[in-house]
Amino acid sequence: MNLLATLRVALNALWVNKLRSALTMLGIIIGVAAVITMIAVGTGAQSRVEEQIKSLGSNLMIIIPGSTTASGVRLGAGANQNLTEDDASAIAKEIPEVQVAAPSNRGTGQVIAGNNNWSTQIYGVTPDYFEAREWPLAAGRMFEAPELSGSSKVAIVGQTVARQLFGDMDPTDQTIRIKNVPFVIIGVLDRKGQSMLGQDQDDVVMVPLSTARNRLFGNAQGKLRRIGTIQVKVREGADMSDAEDKIRELLRQRQRTQQGQDDAFTIRNLTEMLQAQETSSRVMTLLLAAVASVSLLVGGIGIMNIMLVSVTERTREIGLRMAVGARSKDILTQFLVEALTLSLIGGFLGIVLGMAGSYGIGEFAGWATRLSPESIVLAVGFSAGIGIFFGFYPAHKASKLLPIQALRYE
Amino acid sequence: MAHLIETRELAKDYVMGGNHLLALNKVSISIDEGEFVAIMGASGSGKSTFMNLLGCLDSPTSGEYMLAGDKVSALSGDALAAIRNKRIGFVFQQFNLLSRTSALDNVELPLLYAGMPVSERKARAMQKLTEVGLGGRTDHHPSQLSGGQQQRVAIARALVNNPSLILADEPTGALDSRTSIEIMVLLQKLNQQGMTIVMVTHERDIAAFATRIITFRDGKAVSDTRNTPNDAQAELAALEPAGT
Repeated sequence: MNLLATLRVALNALWVNKLRSALTMLGIIIGVAAVITMIAVGTGAQSRVEEQIKSLGSNLMIIIPGSTTASGVRLGAGANQNLTEDDASAIAKEIPEVQVAAPSNRGTGQVIAGNNNWSTQIYGVTPDYFEAREWPLAAGRMFEAPELSGSSKVAIVGQTVARQLFGDMDPTDQTIRIKNVPFVIIGVLDRKGQSMLGQDQDDVVMVPLSTARNRLFGNAQGKLRRIGTIQVKVREGADMSDAEDKIRELLRQRQRTQQGQDDAFTIRNLTEMLQAQETSSRVMTLLLAAVASVSLLVGGIGIMNIMLVSVTERTREIGLRMAVGARSKDILTQFLVEALTLSLIGGFLGIVLGMAGSYGIGEFAGWATRLSPESIVLAVGFSAGIGIFFGFYPAHKASKLLPIQALRYE
Repeated sequence: MAHLIETRELAKDYVMGGNHLLALNKVSISIDEGEFVAIMGASGSGKSTFMNLLGCLDSPTSGEYMLAGDKVSALSGDALAAIRNKRIGFVFQQFNLLSRTSALDNVELPLLYAGMPVSERKARAMQKLTEVGLGGRTDHHPSQLSGGQQQRVAIARALVNNPSLILADEPTGALDSRTSIEIMVLLQKLNQQGMTIVMVTHERDIAAFATRIITFRDGKAVSDTRNTPNDAQAELAALEPAGT
């Protein structure tokens, strides 16, 4: 008997017991849909973390000054501006693992352009900052050396600021006033999106570090070239914690910190934090998939159960088929194809339901979901496997029946 | 010329709850092509066991069975399946049709296992259904057919692969007497066309339509007589007024 005829016989047998076939399939449908949806939810969470890592910049460490105590009042971290631009260049120069060490200063201020004004974050930076954050320009140009050293009144704006102040207009070469100092916009940054804490990272104006110090946030410490933070990007492949130890050692030396005394600064290894988060979301994906697989397994057992019932119920039919010339191989194939058909149709419907489910979760629960082709291939493979695995025993049982006993079966 | 069927000391015993049950005790019988043999006997006489062995549905404990000169008792399961498929047509008491499957598909079944292409299958099945007088009911399911019609479908199925032998196990056992005679008309007609038929029955008046009657008792063939068959067609004609 050829395969096409077998398939027709199998489909016919399934069609004759429509309700039973549908209910059996339901087990597989739910199982496959659950696996696909759960993997989509898991990979969605994972890719969200990956995006955050990317938007932060990879292999990034942030050094912020420590706290200070003034007249017994302990101020918070960063209150003591004891990091200088020289610290940054020393880190870049003396520690081989470090690719760039970018000093920056931050403040807030009102930015005015024509009739519009907007309160935003103002950063004093050098081009190293953009390298450390892996943050390219969308338009315009970078700060040039004379502008950096000469405290030029030039600015690069983030996407949000550009939109708030200029709408759809091209902001380059426009003049804005920051704290009443006029600046010319020379560039617009690429879109960065939200940070892991939900802050809009595009709501910024970047000016040269010297300009920020001398013209915007000018204070008594100006001459010492104090800075707020140093962003350190460690070279690809270098060990982050190794680099962190070396930076700590260097800064302690530079700040003449005594043995046993606490650091006067804090090093935050943001990438490592995110990577831990990524690992946990990957574990979550696996866990979700494992739980969903259980339902797939239960669906498979459902198929086996129904096939066993079907073999018992149709013993006389099997006997008759053998009497008119079916070999045991033909009977085996017939029941295997039946089980396989059940699981494959169920698997296909499960994929459709799973795709709809993960879309629905993304849409209505607002979770990030991502359908991966791998999970679909996995689900199809799994359901075919289940069909063969759980269909084999009943099919084998049927094929080993003796014709006369099957025919006489009551 | 070799006999179509030849058994030499064919024996079959069952073990039932520790007891040896000799169902068939060294039966040696030959049946020639074109014979219409009725096998009679009480239940437990071994006639059904003998029939199952002839049909290759069961294998003997000892002895030999030759079908058209081939030693069937030595063959494997798949080879026996091929013999059942090509050389033997079965007719059962309970018809054994596939439910919720059309008459045409039921008749096609042996051809399916013979690996015949679909168009030829349909044509052959259609032709056999017409021969048994059911040409107009090919799409009916067994539940939509009367007992006599179902048995005709079963006979068409037995004939479809052009076997050399038809084995009928109580073919009229589930039918009323009028329909029984109608089925016997059909079997007699097939026999007259040259088909060898072996039929198990316990009704003497059904056996009377055969050309040879073998009686079994306690696993042995106790009598084997030639018979001048009654004419089923004539008996049906005699019944006609009552039927209408």
